[in-house]
Amino acid sequence: MAQDHHDHDHDDHDHHDHDHEGHEHSDVPSEVALRAKALYSLLVDKGLLEPGSVDRIVEAYEERIGPHLGAKLVARAWVDDSYRTRLLTDGNAAAEELGVGGFRHGARLVVVENTEDVHNVVVCTLCSCYPMNVLGPPPVWYKSAPYRSRVVMDPRGVLAEFGTSVPDGTEVRVWDSNSEVRYLVLPERPAGTQDFDEEELAALVGRNAMIGVETVRVPSGAAQ
Amino acid sequence: MNGVHDVGGMHGFGPVAAEPERSEPVFHADWEATVLSSMLGTTRLRQWNVDEFRRNIEQLPPVDYLTFSYYEKWLAALERLVVEHGLVTEQELRTGQVQGPRLDPAQLPAAWEPSFDPPPTMPRFTVGELVRVRNRHPHAHTRAPRYVRGHVGRVEAYVGGEPLPEAASMGRLDVQHLFRVRFEAAELWGEDAVGNDPVYLELWESYLEAAGEGSR
Repeated sequence: MAQDHHDHDHDDHDHHDHDHEGHEHSDVPSEVALRAKALYSLLVDKGLLEPGSVDRIVEAYEERIGPHLGAKLVARAWVDDSYRTRLLTDGNAAAEELGVGGFRHGARLVVVENTEDVHNVVVCTLCSCYPMNVLGPPPVWYKSAPYRSRVVMDPRGVLAEFGTSVPDGTEVRVWDSNSEVRYLVLPERPAGTQDFDEEELAALVGRNAMIGVETVRVPSGAAQ
Repeated sequence: MNGVHDVGGMHGFGPVAAEPERSEPVFHADWEATVLSSMLGTTRLRQWNVDEFRRNIEQLPPVDYLTFSYYEKWLAALERLVVEHGLVTEQELRTGQVQGPRLDPAQLPAAWEPSFDPPPTMPRFTVGELVRVRNRHPHAHTRAPRYVRGHVGRVEAYVGGEPLPEAASMGRLDVQHLFRVRFEAAELWGEDAVGNDPVYLELWESYLEAAGEGSR
């Protein structure tokens, strides 16, 4: 795979066995990698975990479950007002309507809408709760102490670090996911996209915009 | 518990170091997916609930909590949970060798049923009412972060019934009404509030007391 450059100064970043490669191991597996493998093998050997579970998880989260699912909900809400209302009223049902399922029992998806007056941003200060069935596993920064500690107290300062500036007259609402409610931000549809179809719109919607640390922008040259 | 996991409003962790969205891999190493699959696979056995899992993470030594990566914390919590619930023995974990007979997941009695009825009582608070988060400091697992305790907010919505985390983290079911509450920045952060931007959380009925005009 591509040689992803990693920033190694992350507070919450693993640091043992993958200094420069995305998925490749370095020659010596770390202690934590060995423990992870040992527990997994033990669970399989005891009959508690199906063999091949890990391959299915990698396939699921690298191929099928990720931010493109959330983007699908957002794009539909942008082109279909009655869907938008359903999405804001009952997130689980509206997601399932588009074939996006996998809700754990008791998990409620609540979609919060950005407008001229309100900008929403999501965090979990106590751990890392995140709408994984709609966005895939959370990015490392979302799980890190700098983000979790600061965004409740200084949301605009944190947004600025993502290059996002919210007008003074717009209220920033911070949603701390401390219960089994999972929040997803419905970003504002960017100007200049009136001729985009649903698929083109979905391609514009990134994960960070659905967490609320960025807005959706049209790449220069793509506006019609 | 008043642990280091409860970081909301703390200073000193520095700026957010985000990898570019387009290049951040889903898993940063193979073993992360291994931990995730062990976690999801064992969760399906219904031997514990998410609050028991969180309690085990929060009980890590503070230095470990702050220096372990996310999946490293998950692994440490899982290693404790599988032993605590008798799925794996200490010796098996240490040696990696299965000692006893294989287990049949279909034959394992569920220790935690994820379905529950809503509370039989009427919700104590109504939308628009002012409520104060009780100033409590339980040793147990709780989902009332320190930065809201003692503070007054306004009930924004009634969410429904949800197991109380304190009880659930010990494997007991106590379903309570859950309320979404809005807290103003000045209420939470006083004269050090950076702006006027509010924070929303969900709080269980026993976390709250009435704080409105005319309330006791």
